[in-house]
Amino acid sequence: MEPFVRHTGLVAPMDRVDVDTDQMVPKQFCKLLTREGYGRILFYDWRYLPGEVPNPEFVLNQPRYQGASILLARRNFGCGSSREHAAWAVRDYGFRVVIAPSFADIFYANAFRNGILCITLSEEQVEELFRRTERQPGYRLHVDLPEQTVADDAGLLYRFELDSFRKQALLKGLDEIGLTLEHEAEIAAYEQARRPSAQLYAEPGEVDFSLPAAS
Amino acid sequence: MAPRTLYEKIWESHVVHEEPGQPALLYIDRHYIHEGTSPQAFAGLRAAGRRVRRPDLTFAVMDHSVPTRNRELAIVDDNARSQFEALARNCAEFGVRLFDMFSRNQGIVHIIGPELGLTQPGLTIVCGDSHTSTHGAFGALAFGIGTSAVEHVLATQCLLEFRSQPMLIRVRGRRPRGVTAKDIILSIIGTIGVSAGVGHVIEYAGEAIEGLSMEGRMTICNMSIEAGARAGMVAPDEKTFAYLEGRPFVPRGKDFQLAVDYWKTLATDPGASYNKVYELDASRMAPQVTWGTTPGMVCDVTGRVPDPASFADPQQQKAVQRALEYMGLKPGTAIMDIPVDYVFIGSCTNSRIEDLRAAAQVVAGRRVAPNVKLALVVPGSRQVKAQAEREGLDRIFTKAGFEWRDAGCSMCIGMNEDVLPAGMRCASTSNRNFEGRQGKGGRTHLVSPITAAATAIAGHFVDVRELDVDLE
Repeated sequence: MEPFVRHTGLVAPMDRVDVDTDQMVPKQFCKLLTREGYGRILFYDWRYLPGEVPNPEFVLNQPRYQGASILLARRNFGCGSSREHAAWAVRDYGFRVVIAPSFADIFYANAFRNGILCITLSEEQVEELFRRTERQPGYRLHVDLPEQTVADDAGLLYRFELDSFRKQALLKGLDEIGLTLEHEAEIAAYEQARRPSAQLYAEPGEVDFSLPAAS
Repeated sequence: MAPRTLYEKIWESHVVHEEPGQPALLYIDRHYIHEGTSPQAFAGLRAAGRRVRRPDLTFAVMDHSVPTRNRELAIVDDNARSQFEALARNCAEFGVRLFDMFSRNQGIVHIIGPELGLTQPGLTIVCGDSHTSTHGAFGALAFGIGTSAVEHVLATQCLLEFRSQPMLIRVRGRRPRGVTAKDIILSIIGTIGVSAGVGHVIEYAGEAIEGLSMEGRMTICNMSIEAGARAGMVAPDEKTFAYLEGRPFVPRGKDFQLAVDYWKTLATDPGASYNKVYELDASRMAPQVTWGTTPGMVCDVTGRVPDPASFADPQQQKAVQRALEYMGLKPGTAIMDIPVDYVFIGSCTNSRIEDLRAAAQVVAGRRVAPNVKLALVVPGSRQVKAQAEREGLDRIFTKAGFEWRDAGCSMCIGMNEDVLPAGMRCASTSNRNFEGRQGKGGRTHLVSPITAAATAIAGHFVDVRELDVDLE
């Protein structure tokens, strides 16, 4: 995973509560085999008119938000489906940071695993950032992960909370599977210790795993 | 030992390694995978030269994109076909058991897990699908994960997880006639909101929950994610044990008794505490219909589409305004005056045999209204389909003008050809009424199977309590 330490970028506002992952990546794009190339898909149905013509009404299509790398959002961002395609799309579009008053659990976990920093601020702080973003074209924020701060050029400075595990994982670009595999001996011991409850792992009776001709 | 909740007991018995302030390394007993969210996980595994650690605890099924019409025909959707082929190839290469689309045990992953007895009390169960919360109905800890986490579980049979907060939702009272498990969970979400559960695992308890069948409890737990919760659970009881006994993966004979003895220890201890507690009364609930674009935008079937101005929070006002525009609805419209174009009975929320029996009872001897362009019944699994056909339910539906299809996710998500066209209004027994969920521009109203069935007959939403039909 790509490490994250500090980032300065243009802020784009997504002024809607409960933005679900179906909106970020509609179902028809969940049939691909790769993790790449979802940036074009992000917010597909909101972002495009028929023929994939950019909808000028949609906020991310406005000239002033081109090149944005920090997404400012409302509560419960990323609710709904567990599809990690949503996080892939957010990242591939160019966002490195999402700021919201709250995030849905699965999206939050998926985002960090893809090098996206999700910053939780209070409703009031997020409201203030919306005001500043909308008022001032070219509004940028400086995000400092080691210091856990968000700042602008006009002196605004917010501190945010983040668990130390996700912080370190982002700072170092850690691979979670690699971390877990360091505990291989403990995993094996756990499996061994649970053997007495083998009655919970019955072999199947009459179950069809095969590929018979359809009836 | 301090009294513990059901959630805490299962969590603690699965911690392999834990350090303060860090996520726990949690052991996973069952890993269900499907074609939609697993290809990139297998690709990652392959790229890193890793194996599937426990193929014997990993179970694959084709469900999200499978055709529900003639499966003998070639799959015309190239992307869907590639995903099926990838899943078959990955399962063969890594030794994972696969219920492919021709297996007589095929079905929606959350229907077949319990049906096969793979899902059992006290287990940790994950799947790359947010409705994995369904399996919590058995007193298991079951939750949805993203594809990176799928890869993690394939490689290690573990997950790095932070502990959630326990939440209790107690539903007192007796369900009135015509009020189903679906109406209870929609009422709950309408009351507590779509993000009340964030960071929490919900335990459902109380007379109304205990009174539900296993099918009903699955419907409740299924939609926990729509309240924002990581998982939903119900303590296992005699109904749970009776449902499981004799199913293919459930221990038999003496082993079954040992398992039941263990399962009986899982219920929350008296005096255990929860981070949040909600109390609702089922006896005051009515059949529910959603009118907006989140499952929390819901009201009684006898209600009216609300005025955005009636909401206190300005952000919610905007959300409701947008939702009504999308849904093509005007404030003040009586729900029962809203005509529908499509009816969908299916999905991991409501496609079990009990759901189909209840819907068939409403449909029997009647005809789908002429303004309804398509009324679909999609059984949750091929086992459910076979059972329904043995009982003659398929003929009841087809005689009334419904289409009777093969098992899969179908129009809940519209990844196959069962897509709700733009501008069409659908009474659906599924779980999400998000914009475009059933098809771009489609308008979804979430309802129970009996309300969906009655709506198909009337052509508009109806109060099933008024019907002259035997309802439980």
